Amino acid sequence: MTTELEPRFSTALEPDASQPAVDAQAVRAGYRDRRGGTVVALDGLTLQVPRGQVQAVVGPSGCGKTTLLELICGLLQPMSGTIASAPAALMPQRDLLLPWLSALDNASLALRVAGSSRAQARATAQPMFAELGLGGFEQARPSELSGGMRQRVAFLRTLLAGKPVLCLDEPFGALDAITRQEIQSWLVEALAREPRTVVFVTHDVEEAIVLADRVWILAPRPGRVLAELPVSLPRPRSRTDAAVVALRERALRALVADPRTDAPR
Amino acid sequence: MIRRWLPPLLLVVALLAAWEIYADSGAADSFVLPAPHAIAQAGFDNTGLLLSNLAVTAREVGFGIAVALLVGFVLAVAIHFSPTLRRAVYPLAVGSQAVPIPVVAPLLVFWWGFGTLPKLAVIVLICFFPIVVTTVDALAAVDPDQVKLLRTLNASRWQAFRFAELPAALPGALSGARIALAIAVIAAYIAETGTATYATGATGLGREINSDLTSLQTPRAYAAAALLFAFAITCFYLLTLAERRLAPWSARSRGASR
Repeated sequence: MTTELEPRFSTALEPDASQPAVDAQAVRAGYRDRRGGTVVALDGLTLQVPRGQVQAVVGPSGCGKTTLLELICGLLQPMSGTIASAPAALMPQRDLLLPWLSALDNASLALRVAGSSRAQARATAQPMFAELGLGGFEQARPSELSGGMRQRVAFLRTLLAGKPVLCLDEPFGALDAITRQEIQSWLVEALAREPRTVVFVTHDVEEAIVLADRVWILAPRPGRVLAELPVSLPRPRSRTDAAVVALRERALRALVADPRTDAPR
Repeated sequence: MIRRWLPPLLLVVALLAAWEIYADSGAADSFVLPAPHAIAQAGFDNTGLLLSNLAVTAREVGFGIAVALLVGFVLAVAIHFSPTLRRAVYPLAVGSQAVPIPVVAPLLVFWWGFGTLPKLAVIVLICFFPIVVTTVDALAAVDPDQVKLLRTLNASRWQAFRFAELPAALPGALSGARIALAIAVIAAYIAETGTATYATGATGLGREINSDLTSLQTPRAYAAAALLFAFAITCFYLLTLAERRLAPWSARSRGASR
């Protein structure tokens, strides 16, 4: 592990920290379903993410978490309301690694797209492989990697996009408990080294509290903010910390208190 | 190795034995169905003639497949990008497969003379179609989220195509090419016999077969057909090998041996 703590990418954090990295105001957004109807995934959603913070979005399925990330990344325009965000890179729920590229070429894809030569792109991504515990797997194809490794390669690809905001869509969802713990602690380290604004979506309340500076709890159908939970606990945090458990109880109460959660659909 | 080659070998030996017994029994006239040993004899007696004709046909098939791959792939990409073009061109491409070659052969000869060119045109006409269909389908099957992801990495439409869609379509195009190769040999026969040629030297196995049949040299015609048979199989497996090099990530390449 290197001791170097300076960000390696000039775009990592812009100096003007007064502006929030993400600012959503009364956003209504949705998509067309197959029958041509419109599904409203988010309605009246307002949230801000200050620069350099890690914030989690928690909610049951159908609360528009993925839609929110697509809005932040500019893949989707709101039907009404406004959303402003610093340039954001998306780590999708499925890793979407390209099966014909090696792990190294997948991780450095953003650099290739930005015009670097294959050799340059590889040279930039190479040193990070060892740091992520991927040393020796540079040439492996995605099909030869474990789920946890694929996830790390996908994260590296998002990181190397060089954008100030990272949107992570259930980054640990598909992992077993042990790998999950490993990757989480690794993520905390990686962010200490490369400070970014992070918005990550999860359905695991505990995970959100362990990792985030603030937890947004969304209600489903259509998605809107039910509660917002600042987490000002020292790091590293553990799932079993009394304070974490207490916050989890608050979060779960907020979810259950939603009058519509139990309503017939 | 033995497990791999033994079943087809046994099957061929069994079929040849049955054929030999049937032909020797005198049930069919030897002008209609020569016995395998007579075909082998004709093959050994005419090795030079047959091989020089095979060289002509192989060249036609090789160039024909190459041009068909190029035409088919470019057309598939164009169809993928333009729904209008798809609506305009796809029905015509399908219809082109129903056009009997003798209908267009005189025109091809009128345009391009008695050389290789009109024969290439016939092979391309027959072979581009499976390549278009499999490539269009492969392009349509590319995960739209993959393209979306590339967009979040600031990829242009062309870069999204180059990094995500083009490689994803390659195994599809190669499957099309394998189908095309299998029919390219019979396409070469149709091309050779359907277009006029000045008879100077070797003119291809197709013409050789036709002239042997009319001059009652049936065993030699069968020997020529056996060469086409072996040639088609060889081409097919060479392309399968090539696919393993070109698209080693595809499930087919990683799958069990064939």
